Amino acid sequence: MLEIDHLEVSYGSIRALHGISLKVPEKSIVTLIGGNGAGKSTTLRSISGLIKVRAGNVRYDGQDITNKPAHEIVARGLCHVPEGRMVFANLTVMENLHMGAYLRKDRAGIASDIEYAFTIFPRLKERISQLAGTLSGGEQQMLAIARALMSKPRCLMLDEPSLGIAPILVRSIFDQIVAINKERGLTILLVEQNANLALSISHYGYVLETGSVLIEDTAEALRKDPQVRAAYLGG
Amino acid sequence: MKSADGAKRWLLVGIALAVVASYFTPQFNRYYLGIAIDCGINIILAVSLNLINGHTGQFSLGHAGFMAVGGYTAAKFSLVFEAMVPDSLKPLLFVAALTLGGLIAALAGLGVGVPSLRLKGDYLAIVTLGFGEIIRVVVQNMESVGAASGLKNIPKWTTLGWTFALAAITIYAVASLVNSTYGRGFIAVSDDEVAASSMGINPVRYKVTAFVTGAFFAGIAGGLYAHHKQFLSPTGFDFLKSIDIVVMVILGGMGRTAGVVIAAIILTLLPEFLRQFADYRMIIYSLLIIGLMMARPQGLFTLSFKKKGAASV
Repeated sequence: MLEIDHLEVSYGSIRALHGISLKVPEKSIVTLIGGNGAGKSTTLRSISGLIKVRAGNVRYDGQDITNKPAHEIVARGLCHVPEGRMVFANLTVMENLHMGAYLRKDRAGIASDIEYAFTIFPRLKERISQLAGTLSGGEQQMLAIARALMSKPRCLMLDEPSLGIAPILVRSIFDQIVAINKERGLTILLVEQNANLALSISHYGYVLETGSVLIEDTAEALRKDPQVRAAYLGG
Repeated sequence: MKSADGAKRWLLVGIALAVVASYFTPQFNRYYLGIAIDCGINIILAVSLNLINGHTGQFSLGHAGFMAVGGYTAAKFSLVFEAMVPDSLKPLLFVAALTLGGLIAALAGLGVGVPSLRLKGDYLAIVTLGFGEIIRVVVQNMESVGAASGLKNIPKWTTLGWTFALAAITIYAVASLVNSTYGRGFIAVSDDEVAASSMGINPVRYKVTAFVTGAFFAGIAGGLYAHHKQFLSPTGFDFLKSIDIVVMVILGGMGRTAGVVIAAIILTLLPEFLRQFADYRMIIYSLLIIGLMMARPQGLFTLSFKKKGAASV
């Protein structure tokens, strides 16, 4: 569904990605793991059009979307939840969800998707008219995911959903990511520091190091790989 | 004002006040009347700048430039056509002059906005500042609008009624724009541009819309100002005028319509109350503003949540 071929990205004179290639099959969960500066977030940002690609290409649904503007890529059903829970702090929870449905016109569909968002994240329903900036970190992450779902994507890219969140909430957020994948058939590309957790819910994984793919394999195999275990899974 | 109903209430109250006020105008002291009109004009300027600086989170220092474009256009138009139009049609001519002033200012907003809105924060502030100064220098050298000696004998058509009716319309337009589903995009762009574009919002289009709309109303305010003072000179539209409007927006609370309206009124009245201090007036004025900002850095009437660092612009 999503194919990245020899992607190269630079920040000024510094090369961040040295020709990364990866494939995300339909209805699967694929994880990118790797240390700081490996290029995980850069990969997502270049797929969703937030930064310009120097060379290589991104194909989604068989169409070339390399260097298309971000808002056009969302319209094709590929939605990115950026790192750091970027919710609209001065809008309420409900208004944030409506912003997610910005490109949609079907009122009934929007209403039922809001209901769905509240079933997976009941906390949000309790905070429905609160300003998003006043939510806790975990709640903001739930809102960011729920808001992304409102655009009715077929492929969701999540950047560090566990960052700075209480462990108990991390577990429940990851359970919901699995539920979204199963119930809604969404393809998910996940970037995560918590490699153990990420691989436990994924089908396939890529290990990135300084802008290149180091190893790729099924999530199961990666969890058993001695090299990966030593470097990323704490032995 | 959170709801569209709130916006409508503003419009009705404003227009009712304007009608009542214009009925009693002849009984007012001319000095107070002049100040009241100044208040109304500043409300239009502050509320329209609030759309750009407050709601959309951009930083424009060129509002006096848009005001100048609108003011000179409207004044020149009135001066050219005044003699050709019978008295009964003068109000129509006034409306036409104001509208034209607004439209030309909006066009200027589009001209500045499209190339420069890819810039952010400080850079955008510098570009808009430069734009304001260019307008002033161009006007200073245009003989057809009086150049440095100014444009004189502009008909006195601005009344209290016109001013407050237009202020009410400005507030209504900005509030209902921001409170619509489309308009929440402005707040989304200001809260987080990256998140907004990953929701399918085109931030550049929103910023240009805010700029053009803000410039349109600044142009209208310029037209009212021209037909109120009856005299325009380029020095009235310098950098300090832009700063004055920015201060109203910050003091009122970025993005809070009611706060910005009240701040515009306070900051128009304050220098008048301080007249008795003669030479020390501007010192006291500055100290009061510093004091107010220290007491309420988030603005007088702000309830909204600002992310760390966001209030510093």
